[in-house]
Amino acid sequence: MAIQPALHTTQLRRVFVFSLSVRLFHWINALSIFVLAVTGYLIGNPPALLTSQEAYQGYWFGITRFIHFIFAYIFLFNFVIRIYRLFFGNRFETWRNFIPSNKGFFREIWQVVRTDFLFTRGHLVSIGHNALAGISYLFLFILMILQIITGFGIYAAMSDAVIVDLFNWVVPIFGGDAATRLWHHIFMWGFVVFTLIHIYLVFYHDYVDGRGEVSSIFGGWKFVESDTMKEQDTTDYNK
Amino acid sequence: MMNIEVKTKKSRSVYDDAVEKGFNRRDFMKFCTTMAAFMGLSASGVTAVAKALEEKSRPAVIWMHFQECTCCSESFIRSSHPMVADLLLDNISLNYTETLQAPSGHAAEKSLHETMENHFGEYILLVEGSVPTGDMASCCCIGGKTAEQILNEVAEGAAAIVAWGSCASNGCVQAAKPNPTQATPIHKVIKNKTIIKVPGCPPIGEVMAGVIVHMLTFERLPELDSTGRPKAFYSRRVHDTCYRRPNYDAGLFVETFDDPNAKKGYCLYKVGCRGPVTYNACGVTRWNDGTSFPIQSGHGCIGCSEANYWDNGPFYSHLAEFPGFGIESNADKIGLAAAGITAAGLTAHAVITNIRKRKIIKEGVAEGKYGLEPKENESQEKTE
Repeated sequence: MAIQPALHTTQLRRVFVFSLSVRLFHWINALSIFVLAVTGYLIGNPPALLTSQEAYQGYWFGITRFIHFIFAYIFLFNFVIRIYRLFFGNRFETWRNFIPSNKGFFREIWQVVRTDFLFTRGHLVSIGHNALAGISYLFLFILMILQIITGFGIYAAMSDAVIVDLFNWVVPIFGGDAATRLWHHIFMWGFVVFTLIHIYLVFYHDYVDGRGEVSSIFGGWKFVESDTMKEQDTTDYNK
Repeated sequence: MMNIEVKTKKSRSVYDDAVEKGFNRRDFMKFCTTMAAFMGLSASGVTAVAKALEEKSRPAVIWMHFQECTCCSESFIRSSHPMVADLLLDNISLNYTETLQAPSGHAAEKSLHETMENHFGEYILLVEGSVPTGDMASCCCIGGKTAEQILNEVAEGAAAIVAWGSCASNGCVQAAKPNPTQATPIHKVIKNKTIIKVPGCPPIGEVMAGVIVHMLTFERLPELDSTGRPKAFYSRRVHDTCYRRPNYDAGLFVETFDDPNAKKGYCLYKVGCRGPVTYNACGVTRWNDGTSFPIQSGHGCIGCSEANYWDNGPFYSHLAEFPGFGIESNADKIGLAAAGITAAGLTAHAVITNIRKRKIIKEGVAEGKYGLEPKENESQEKTE
C-alpha cells in the first residue's frame, strides 16, 4: 500500500462483522464466567462470617452453590449454540477464524505480534477477529470444554438429571473427585488470566487500529479501510 | 486333614453352622435383617437372605494378604453383629488366610492348593493389600513366589474377586508418591475379570459383610458403579449423608479446630474435610456398632476410600497442594500470581503504548489518516 500523503484520505467502510447470535453469546458468556468465577471462588473459599445463627436460619452457601449450578447450565447451552455457529455462522464466526488452516493465518499472527508486542506500526488485514485473537479464542474454547466437563463431572454425583449423567465418565479419568475438583479450580484461574488479557487487548486494538473494536461487540459493525477491503479479497483465509 | 474338613463341610449351610455355634433362630433372623438393611434391600429381601443362608452350601473362600496392615481383617472381625465375624470369618469355608489360619508353612500351602483344585471356578477370592510389580515384585513374597504370581494363579479359578480396602482397590499409602515398591492395585494386575472394590482404610466391617452376604444370597456380583464399587455402599458421598450438612448449606464453618464454631459442631469443610469428594457409607452405617465416625468426633474426613488420597493432601487444608510448586503452594496462590504477572505485563504494555501515543497521532495526522482536516483538497465542501 503505497502511501502518498499529499493525496491520501482514508476511506472507511462499514462492515457487519458480529451477528446478533455471536454478540449474545459473548455477553451471556461474559456474565456467566463472571458469576461462575465469583460464586466458584466463594464455594472454594467461603468467608469466615461471624454469626450466632443456627444452621436452620441460613442458607447462603446453598444459594451460592445453586446460582453456580444455574449459571453452569447457561454457560453450557450458550456454548453449544456457539459451537453450532462455528459451522453455520457468517464468515467471521466460523471455525476457520480459530483453527489455523493455511499460511495466511500464520502470516497474520506474525503481523499482530509485531503490532501488539514489538510496537511496529501495524497493517492489519483481517476484518473480524485478528488471527492471534482467533488462536486465543481457540484456547478459550478448550478451556471452556475442560471447565464444563470437570464441573459437570463433579456435579454428576449430586444429580440424576440426564444431561449431568452424560458426564459420569469424567471423574475416573481425572483420578477421583478431589483431583477433578482441583483442576476445576485451576481452570478458573485460566479464565481470570484470559479475561485480563482479552479486555486489555480489545482496548489496545480499538486505539491502535481505530476500527471500532470495542463497539463492534455491542452493535456488530466494524469500520475497515477500503484499501484493506480490496486486499482482503485476495488474502482472506476466513471466507 | 484339611482336605477332609473341606469336603465334610462342603454341603453345610451358614445356618447349620450358626446353630452348631449356639446362635438361636432369633439371632439368625436379626443378622439377616441387619444385612438386608445394609445392602439396601426391601423388607422381602430379608427372606431371600435367610433362605439363602439356610439352604445354600457355603462357598469356599480364599483370603489373600499382600502389602497391607491387616486393618481390613481387623475391621471385619469387629463388625457390629457377632455373627458376621463368627460365621463369615470363623466358619465360612475360609480355606486360606495368612493371618488367621491354623496351619502354617507347607500345610497352609497345601490347603490353598487343594482349595484351588477342588473348588476351581467356585471359590470366592478376597484380596487384602496391594501387589508390588516390575523390578520390585520381590518386595512381597510368600512361599517363594511373588505376590503377583500368587495372585495370578489364585485369580484364575475364582468365581468372584473382591478387593478389600484401599490397598487392593487403589494402592493406598504404599502406592503414594514416589511409590517405592511399585505397589499396584489388583485390578491393574488381573485385567480379564470383574473385581469388586471395597475401598476404605479400612472399609466398614458391615460393608464387607454386606458384600459377602450379597454374593451368598443372590449368587451374583452386587451392582457396581463405574469404578467397580458396590453401589449399595458407595453411591453417595460422605457429605450427602453427613449430619453436619445443614451447617455447610448455611455457610457455617469451623475455621480452626479450637474455635467456638468447632464446639458448636459446624461444618469441617474449611479445615480440610474430604466428605464432599469421598464416596462411602460412614455417614449412615458409622463405625463400632453405629457409635460414631470421624466427622462426628470433630475431625474432617480424610477421604480414605478415594484413590490417591495420600497425594491429595494436606489433610487439614481444603485446597490441595499444587504439584511441582513447593509445599505451601495451592491453586489459588498460583492463580493469583499468574493474574498478578499478567496485570503487571499489561500495565507495562499500556505505559509503553501511551508513551508512543503522541508519535502515532502525529504521524497519522501527517498522513492524513486521522484528524478533522484532510491535508488536501479532497473535501471541497469543507468550510474555510
